[in-house]
Amino acid sequence: MIRSNIQLDQNGRLRHFLTIEGLKRQVLVDILDTAESLSGVTDQTVKKVPLLRGKTIVNLFFEASTRTRTTFELAAKRLSADVLNLNIAASATKKGETLLDTLANLQAMHCDMFVVRHAESGSAHFIAKHVAPHISVVNAGDGRHAHPTQAMLDMFTIRRIKGDFYPLKVAIVGDILHSRVARSQIHALTTLGVTEVRVIGPKTLLPKDVESLGVHVYHDLEKGLEGVDVIIMLRLQNERMQGAMLPSEHEYFQLYGLTEKKLQAAKKEAIVMHPGPINRGVEIESGVADGPRSVILQQVTHGIAVRMAIMSMCMGSAQREAQREAQVDAELDKGTA
Amino acid sequence: MNQPVDIDKTLDAICEQLRARMDQLGAKAPLMIGIHSGGVWIAEKLHPKMAIQDPLGHLDISFYRDDFTRIGMNPQVKPSHLPFNVDDRHIILVDDVLYTGRTIRAALNEIFDYGRPASVTLAVLIDRGGRELPIEANVVGVTMELLAGENVKLQGPEPLSLLVDNK
Repeated sequence: MIRSNIQLDQNGRLRHFLTIEGLKRQVLVDILDTAESLSGVTDQTVKKVPLLRGKTIVNLFFEASTRTRTTFELAAKRLSADVLNLNIAASATKKGETLLDTLANLQAMHCDMFVVRHAESGSAHFIAKHVAPHISVVNAGDGRHAHPTQAMLDMFTIRRIKGDFYPLKVAIVGDILHSRVARSQIHALTTLGVTEVRVIGPKTLLPKDVESLGVHVYHDLEKGLEGVDVIIMLRLQNERMQGAMLPSEHEYFQLYGLTEKKLQAAKKEAIVMHPGPINRGVEIESGVADGPRSVILQQVTHGIAVRMAIMSMCMGSAQREAQREAQVDAELDKGTA
Repeated sequence: MNQPVDIDKTLDAICEQLRARMDQLGAKAPLMIGIHSGGVWIAEKLHPKMAIQDPLGHLDISFYRDDFTRIGMNPQVKPSHLPFNVDDRHIILVDDVLYTGRTIRAALNEIFDYGRPASVTLAVLIDRGGRELPIEANVVGVTMELLAGENVKLQGPEPLSLLVDNK
């Protein structure tokens, strides 16, 4: 049987969550709606629902991360799942174990879901292709390719505060070239049907054919922010200065740092977002990061409900898929298929 | 065979029985919680009749169901909303149809994740038998007998009516 999209099961329901690309608008809306329902779990005294009780979720992080790994762990625990944190960087792969062998070993321990972060683009897809049918894979960031859960929590934040996606103008500012977050955000925003997506940054930090993603390019921050409803700031990574892509942090801040003054160019009610961690005084001024238009901390809170939604949607589907395949196998054995 | 059900009259009878029960428990200010969706519609009628001071709570038990692995995640789950503290309070739990008892089992588990009530009294509009768990209602509006393959469903919110159909 040929599947058009490895992320979806027979019934078009989410089974792996690897990239926003290729997912229809309704799937994204379902994730947002499910996250909305799950956001109430924090109001309970016992901050848990039993949805994934008895399931084991493995955080397979080949790249160091505290923030993303912690929110996935918290989300899994709120769903009553058991969580294993594997910091692979510090273990077997150093001894030369292949990725597939690592996976096979984990599967032998009867885990149900892998949340994977890896330095190579495409790694999450690779893993999804090789896992047993009852296992789900969630991409926590692969190389420069995608960081779909971050994009979804950003969309959730936008929807909660701004309501309808349709009339919005959204600007993403900074190092788009190296950002898997930006790529996922662009796909999500265009799929959800916002009026306009703008990318703002120096030529050295924007991909060559970025317009083909359906975005407008600006190199001037104030021009780019005119009439914008949502501003997403990206972190400037130190390596970029070392690679001679930028003269200095100071110059970057002068041209592309979001200050109170530059913020005036946007709409009065514009919100400021950042996937974190923030570099104060480099891409964003403290006054803005801590100011009334900033929703940065809300993004973090929303990350838990969104990840709970994605994990429970995938897990529900993976179970039924495995049950269905087991049934087909049984029928084939009996010769009754 | 079943008589046609006069819902308004039945709700009044339910209220009478509930008042008696609350007296028995010494519950001066009970809370009311309806189970989505039919239970909420019924509770919305009972709430003013019982003169309950606190706002009405509603539960969507989807996250506590025992068949999640079979049916998967439904994105249209409405969030549960209990705008009060349940600790040491007497709770009136309301649902439209009591059948296998699994919904009530899930509802009890969910309520207890919010705190520790003094008591839970179950009031249902229809008891159709067919229990699969040792669960019973304290107050029943109407007992119904259904044939194999028949289902009873409350339609609403306005007007409320009962539909018996055959799958």
